[in-house]
Amino acid sequence: MALYRAHVLVCKGTGCTASGSGSVYDALKEELERRGLDKEVMLVETGCHGMCEMGPIVVVYPEGSFYCRVTPEDVPELVEEHLYKGRVLQRLLYTTPDEEKHRIPHYRDIPFYGKQRRIVLRNCGYINPDNIEEYIARDGYQALARALLEFSPEETLDIVKRSGLRGRGGAGFPTGKKWEFARMAPGDKKYIVCNADEGDPGAFMDRSVLEGDPHSVVEGMLIGAYVIGSDEGYIYCRAEYPLAIKRLVTAIQQAEEMGLIGDNIMGTDFSFHLHIKEGAGAFVCGEETALMASIEGKRGMPNPRPPFPANSGLWGKPTNINNVETWANIPQIILNGAEWFSSVGTETSKGTKIFALTGKVNNTGLVEAPMGMSLREVIFDIGGGIPNGKKFKAVQLGGPSGGCLPESMLDTPVDYESINATGAIMGSGGMVVTDEDTCIVDFAKFFLTFVQNESCGKCPFCRIGTRRMLEILERICEGKGKMEDLDLLEDLAQKVKDGSLCALGGTAPNPVLTTLKYFRDEYVAHTVDKKCPAKVCPALIQYTIDPAKCIGCTKCARQCPVNAISGEIKKPHLIDQDTCIKCGQCMAVCPVKAISVE
Amino acid sequence: MTVQTTDVEGKVKAIIEPWKGKKGGLIPILQGVQHEFGFLQEDAMEIISRELRIPTAEVYGVATFYAQFHLKPRGRHIIRICRGTACHVRGSLKILERVKEILKIEENGTTEDLRFTLEPVACLGACGLAPVVMINDVTYGRLTPDGIKPILDKHE
Repeated sequence: MALYRAHVLVCKGTGCTASGSGSVYDALKEELERRGLDKEVMLVETGCHGMCEMGPIVVVYPEGSFYCRVTPEDVPELVEEHLYKGRVLQRLLYTTPDEEKHRIPHYRDIPFYGKQRRIVLRNCGYINPDNIEEYIARDGYQALARALLEFSPEETLDIVKRSGLRGRGGAGFPTGKKWEFARMAPGDKKYIVCNADEGDPGAFMDRSVLEGDPHSVVEGMLIGAYVIGSDEGYIYCRAEYPLAIKRLVTAIQQAEEMGLIGDNIMGTDFSFHLHIKEGAGAFVCGEETALMASIEGKRGMPNPRPPFPANSGLWGKPTNINNVETWANIPQIILNGAEWFSSVGTETSKGTKIFALTGKVNNTGLVEAPMGMSLREVIFDIGGGIPNGKKFKAVQLGGPSGGCLPESMLDTPVDYESINATGAIMGSGGMVVTDEDTCIVDFAKFFLTFVQNESCGKCPFCRIGTRRMLEILERICEGKGKMEDLDLLEDLAQKVKDGSLCALGGTAPNPVLTTLKYFRDEYVAHTVDKKCPAKVCPALIQYTIDPAKCIGCTKCARQCPVNAISGEIKKPHLIDQDTCIKCGQCMAVCPVKAISVE
Repeated sequence: MTVQTTDVEGKVKAIIEPWKGKKGGLIPILQGVQHEFGFLQEDAMEIISRELRIPTAEVYGVATFYAQFHLKPRGRHIIRICRGTACHVRGSLKILERVKEILKIEENGTTEDLRFTLEPVACLGACGLAPVVMINDVTYGRLTPDGIKPILDKHE
């Protein structure tokens, strides 16, 4: 085997690819060859590092230098300096977002990574996901070997139960218990399903795991199948994730070639076959009964439970469904033991949780934090706080059906029980941060629009109730709301929760309920004062030109898409309020800041 | 769009063939047919119904349930504007409005010359780069309303 003195890792996750990591990779390849370094420096494509904001990311080992926003134009200098002369290229290093602008030379010293605990994401960004040997070199498939050769299915189940692992898809049901139900269910044909229908806007951890370390999910599923006594499985992946599907196809093919998937795995009598099912674009299919209907080729509508999938799931057979992140935890638990896993986290929530930290925060990306860390630590220590000196306003936890929490709740630890107590949910782990420029009523309206669109229409309260709630919110945003509307919203919200079959309807009103609870003032400002404090809702704001400041440059008038601005050159301009659509473009182009919004 | 009937029939049957006698084939077949023709024609759905021996209503029901399936021809370039939470917070609505203004079409509309179809989507999973727009298979991140026109101009 050839030896290399340095490794250059280029992130080929979705985020970095969108920022142009493909051409950076090509440029590196060409430059290394041109300088004759290609025999001593190895170029590796990896999965996601989690810090997508800084992409394209290039990491050079052995130093562990973390280069951000690398462009193909930077490549000759990078190769010349770092790989030829052996000097770290300072100007591309990660720089702290505070005033001091420290350049941080080592990957592990970046605060974003320092406080994380990477169990599920341990391989993401380190290995080439298209090469099974790299996964094996990082102890891959050893957990499967131990389970098959050293432990009985009962013993393996016992480890998972004792680890305290709970489902990472949202509800937090104990994984071991779920497996036990499927194991105990009578029947000779059983199915294993991986829920990779990550539909929550603002969450992309499953995508990154599938793209960066697909074998960890495959191995987890194999172990689950061994425990439950299943010989066939499906990965249901949303079609919006083409790269994840491609990596999975490769992973399964390589595992089959090595005899890790197929008949008589590792010489035992355990056999397992794995298929990929592409979703077709329906949020509700993340719900397990809807997901199974979709695999069967039907409309993805939820069914009442019981019967639970553990007894009657796919094609009426006992079925066990877990989410991507849950499956990816399994090999590590088997390998390191239940005690190792349960030593991380809190009393009731063990291990880590991956959060997709996005919105108005300095370091957006994927964060794997030990359970029990406070929201404040995640947002301010790992996330680096709010950009542009703005003030924190709210954090939306758990996707569109989660809840909005204010500053006063930031010391809440992230574990299932504590988060639920606030009215939000852990959900899949979406964490969207907003600052003072976000209107809370508009934000709640946004989420409700989403769930209203995605409601499958089976339960009337979810189908019609959310629509009525949305109409009330629209009224409030237009300044036509009444105080009674707030009570009506609360009343309807409770009824939608009670009258819906699945979690989509059951949690849909959460954003409205939590914002009413924590940000009632803003609702009152919209309804009584007819003001939008964040200056977002078009009906409640007005753009005006200060005649004292306006220099009559005509920039705003030329920019205005509806010709609402009039005035002569070098004389103060005027906005016609009846024509103005409040797009704010005039304010953005004004060179002397003469335009304000009230 | 005129396609020879025999042509459609042969192609659709070829897509169905590997799924005959297997379970759960309807969605992959519809995906295959749409991939081949760009949208789901009525006669294609009738062929599927006949071949799989299921009611046409069921085929139609599945085709209309999922956002991915289209019953009308679409543009040469598909613009997917992410309307997920992270993108919303970072101003994706203004980008959507700008595209509507430039192309003079509404959400899910297609330009008359079949150049573009505009589809707002729930989340593209590239939240770290918000706001994000995907045109065909290429993702554009950290966009501004002014940045969108030059990107559209690149697509004929």
